[in-house]
Amino acid sequence: MTEEIFDCCIIGAGVVGCAIARRLAQFQLKTAVIEKGPDVCCGTSKANSGIVHAGYAAQPGTLKAKFNAAGNPLFDQVCHELSVPFARIGTFVVAITDDGIKVLEKLYQRGQENKIPKLQIITDTQKIRQMEPSLTPNVTGVLYAPTGGIVSPYDLTIGLAENAYVNGVQFFFNSEVVGIDIKERYKVIQTRSKEIKTHFILNAAGVHADEISRMVGLDYFTITPRKGEYILLDKKCIELNHVLFPIPTPISKGIVVSITMEGHIFLGPNAETIEDKEDKSTTTEGLNEIIEGARKLVPDIPVNEAIVTYAGLRAVSDNNDFIIEPTKVEGFINVAGIQSPGLTASLAIAEYIVELLENLGVKLSVKPNFNPIREIPPRFATLSNEERHQLILRNPDYGHIICRCEYVTEAEIKAAIHRPLGATTLDGVKFRTRAQMGRCHGGFCTNRILEILSRELQVPIEQISKKGPKSELIVGKTKDLWRITVEGN
Amino acid sequence: MKEIKVDIAVVGGGPAGLAAAIAAREQGADVLIIERDFELGGILHQCIHNGFGLHIFKEELTGPEFAQRYINRVNELKIPAKLDTMVISISPEKEIIAVNKIDGLLRIKAGAIILAMGCRERTRHNILVPGSRPAGIYPAGLAQRLVNIEGFMPGKRFVILGSGDIGMIMARRLTWEGAKVEAVVEIQPYPSGLIRNQVQCLKDYNIPLILEHTVIQVHGHQRVEGVTIAKVDEKWRPIPGTERFIECDTLLLSVGLIPENELSKAAGIEIDPKTKGPIVTNFLETSIPGIFACGNVLQVHDLIDNVALEGTRAGEMAATYISRKLEVAESKISCLPGTNVGYVVPQFISSRAFSDKITFFMRAKKPQRNVYVEFIMNNQQIYRKFTKFALPSEMIKVNLPPLKDFAEKISDITINIIPKGEEGQ
Repeated sequence: MTEEIFDCCIIGAGVVGCAIARRLAQFQLKTAVIEKGPDVCCGTSKANSGIVHAGYAAQPGTLKAKFNAAGNPLFDQVCHELSVPFARIGTFVVAITDDGIKVLEKLYQRGQENKIPKLQIITDTQKIRQMEPSLTPNVTGVLYAPTGGIVSPYDLTIGLAENAYVNGVQFFFNSEVVGIDIKERYKVIQTRSKEIKTHFILNAAGVHADEISRMVGLDYFTITPRKGEYILLDKKCIELNHVLFPIPTPISKGIVVSITMEGHIFLGPNAETIEDKEDKSTTTEGLNEIIEGARKLVPDIPVNEAIVTYAGLRAVSDNNDFIIEPTKVEGFINVAGIQSPGLTASLAIAEYIVELLENLGVKLSVKPNFNPIREIPPRFATLSNEERHQLILRNPDYGHIICRCEYVTEAEIKAAIHRPLGATTLDGVKFRTRAQMGRCHGGFCTNRILEILSRELQVPIEQISKKGPKSELIVGKTKDLWRITVEGN
Repeated sequence: MKEIKVDIAVVGGGPAGLAAAIAAREQGADVLIIERDFELGGILHQCIHNGFGLHIFKEELTGPEFAQRYINRVNELKIPAKLDTMVISISPEKEIIAVNKIDGLLRIKAGAIILAMGCRERTRHNILVPGSRPAGIYPAGLAQRLVNIEGFMPGKRFVILGSGDIGMIMARRLTWEGAKVEAVVEIQPYPSGLIRNQVQCLKDYNIPLILEHTVIQVHGHQRVEGVTIAKVDEKWRPIPGTERFIECDTLLLSVGLIPENELSKAAGIEIDPKTKGPIVTNFLETSIPGIFACGNVLQVHDLIDNVALEGTRAGEMAATYISRKLEVAESKISCLPGTNVGYVVPQFISSRAFSDKITFFMRAKKPQRNVYVEFIMNNQQIYRKFTKFALPSEMIKVNLPPLKDFAEKISDITINIIPKGEEGQ
């Protein structure tokens, strides 16, 4: 057991936990992030819509509304500092009936109450179709929110985490929290392999936040996972300029048709309340629902261009709002129930946590040497040919393309492994470099990346996993099975 | 940036590219092969089973042996090859940008280009197989590479979805390695690979082939723990009540191949939505003059011999083009798939070829026995050929005698597969 006592321990390395970690890294505090998974961004933060919402959708007066409105404007600077691609491409809520227009008006009103800038209802269908040629001809009007944008949620989470780490925040991976002891002067967080002492605990454990809260005797909310399934289509399979929402349903913003920062088209999510917090499986019904929903917005969706399907879990609290508050247990702060618009809200939530800590009497002195800038290695895919050429002359590994769909080079994969909080798994490489994310989805490069991981981490290939222990890809060498059988006899 | 000038650049050093390079060189052209792997031969190196070369060499070779014959010839002819080199763009002006560790970016100005990039495997996601996303799901070809080249086992207990040739061959290969293959599950009422593979790879090893079934759910969080399969109706919808769980740690997919035409599309080459390969004339010339296509990038073949033969023809045609003997067509006619024909290659016949015999490749949509492949022009049957089987899994090859023998006025052709007795109706 380490004698060190942290000032703050954040449980959960999702976007909220990492945003808080990076913000706290700016102060002279000893901060740690404790994560169940083998990497940052293993849960909800990697499987969501990646939309930076403008903020008209949330009910005025809720925490969702407050942090959405406050979070959205923070993205430009933070993404710039962290070298995370972000674009305010604007969002449309699409009405296809006259009744739909009335809903748009309500949303517009709500947007005014939430003080969302630049909202506009457009009913000139010719103009709408000019702005968005793939949109259904049935469109009667749209609510246009120019401040809405897109960001890769895992790029952002990884960026926040790396920057927190280089500024002194410690990360403990593969460290599921199994208990919390409250001592007089501090708390002890127990994982299966170690005990970590801390003064403050920030519970950002996503769908598991209620379980963590119960560990300190606070049983005042439950988190119910609400699953959302997605289909990602190949790049450029349709022309799309904005994020397209349908008229919202009572529980969700509906099935979206949008574009990712890399140009892929995605469809989803549906919304299904489930019980199992680990159930991230897609279903035939769910995928069909998404396709049907997407076709209402873009009738000619080429579903045969699908390159991946996946599901994520929204962490839904009992009152359907965020729970961000200090509790009866001194030093234990819940940051729970962070469902949509959680990604947008994350940066503002981190700001608020600073305020909360200050109000709780934590002395926050600014760390003079905090470096907000995260530099990333050049990405071959985004460079001009001349830049590529010069780069290869300096580092020949840039001349070896490993992922042919996304043009990811050996240099980038090596860098992803050796970066601060570097990749140790296939998924870790995928989320940091995009290798295996293209149309062949690893068919060509999986074995090559396995080899690089094994070489660079100096571990046998049999130990390289997709996403942590028990997800190894190779079960042994050829002929091993015979050896086992024969010897076993 | 280094610049290379060459008569003919061949993109891809697999069987199609090698055959094309050899043929072009034999006609006197300066040829350069560009290959992204560290060696020539392409996918053949991992196809260590035999059965290759029956048509061309009249003997049964393994994949590596078949490849070596072409590699030896490439060496004899001293055809240069850029290995470990990836082409990243092709322009309509026939300028290629390629990249490797030594040269950096390379600009290759070619008189003609032969596309021989092969194909990729369809993934689990392309066909929307639902369920979780654990480790242990591989396209069959990737598993084949791991086992046959790298020497690693990707699992112990397998279910294979899709009865494509690679899937069936891997079923046998994995059984030889001591793994258990629980089943090969095929959504269609017939296997999608060659009959000989069904017999030699599944039947001989008592591996069940479950037809008209598909995987409706993948189970397991970290590693595959099993799959649920179900019977499907004629529209491939799962039939409730027919679900069955099969325990396994690995799911292989052999659910089809897609010609790899991202470079071709970016160059502006027209693609046939049916073959997913470039639209070509009988000279194997794409919609951009001087760019030719052959092998699996043009159409997914089931026999390597046909790939190589197509490569040879593309090489000859490109060399003819370079020597300015490939006359520009005054016009061309379309060759259209009709009844029970999935696709036809070539899609066009050049007016310069009306006195030539034309070789057609096509696939049936549905299996039929005792059929005629008939060619219809101006509502007249101009030619027919009897064949005992028309199976979607086996490409049909028909040589059509010169068109000028049939008609004064030559126009578009429709090709039908018609049961014997119903032809010309």
